[in-house]
Amino acid sequence: MSGFEHHARSDRVIATFTGFEADLLRSLASQMVELLRNERAEPAAPAADPFDALMAEFSGATTIPEDPVLARLFPTAYPDDDEAASDFRRFTESGLRDGKAAAAGLLIDTLEEAGLPPELTEEGLVFDVELTRSEAETWMRAFTDIRLALATRLGVEAGDEDYWHSLPDDDPRAQAHDIYEWVGYLQETVVEALTS
Amino acid sequence: MSAASPVEVEPTQAPDDITFLSKPWVTLVWDDPVNLMSYVSYVFQKYFGYDKAKAEKLMLEVHNDGKSVVSTGTREEMERDVQAMHEYGLWATMEKAG
Repeated sequence: MSGFEHHARSDRVIATFTGFEADLLRSLASQMVELLRNERAEPAAPAADPFDALMAEFSGATTIPEDPVLARLFPTAYPDDDEAASDFRRFTESGLRDGKAAAAGLLIDTLEEAGLPPELTEEGLVFDVELTRSEAETWMRAFTDIRLALATRLGVEAGDEDYWHSLPDDDPRAQAHDIYEWVGYLQETVVEALTS
Repeated sequence: MSAASPVEVEPTQAPDDITFLSKPWVTLVWDDPVNLMSYVSYVFQKYFGYDKAKAEKLMLEVHNDGKSVVSTGTREEMERDVQAMHEYGLWATMEKAG
């Protein structure tokens, strides 16, 4: 596993993945799509006013998502103004959800077009993923969302690396944290490739 | 009445920083333990069109001070910027310039 590199002649951002790594990325991206699609943005409680209730059916969410991952992906824009915060959420969250789901979807599609079979059975599978600059930027955003989700579930905090590395290797949280760090490494190499 | 006196314009001030229009809102980006410093700097360059030095300065402010004002403008402009930051996964909010 070597991360992404910029290929000057083709202007592509390229990485080599094992089948296992690609399958893992696909799984993470699929979970992101599922999270964004299933936990639909909906008003928390039926509106008392009939007009508000009617409008709610046509518009997006106005309250902070209950799931902490979604609350981090869609932060409150106006911390000191609930009404403005609700309006902002109503007008932006649905589009942001679609954009993030599309980014994760592109990641899955690219992996499969590059050679990842629907079910990974073959051992020793290795293939290259070649991204245009625009695709690489979309992958970078998908990596960010996946890392935010993993970090929120794990409770990652600033400067806690020693804690995670002190956990036994067979601790599922340690394994999840390793994956979080690996996606961070991949993301770092995409940033480097795009700025080279 | 007044008379104009010959003064030198400070060459260090960038034209973008000088305005007589009111720019009453700001976009803030807050520190989080997840986003990579290189990525945050990349986003500031790519979205706002800042040069590398300015993007790195703002990124370090976020990192060291916990937050940074990354753009200034009308309320509508700041809503666009906050939405874009959320698209990139950065933790952004907006408020009236203090």
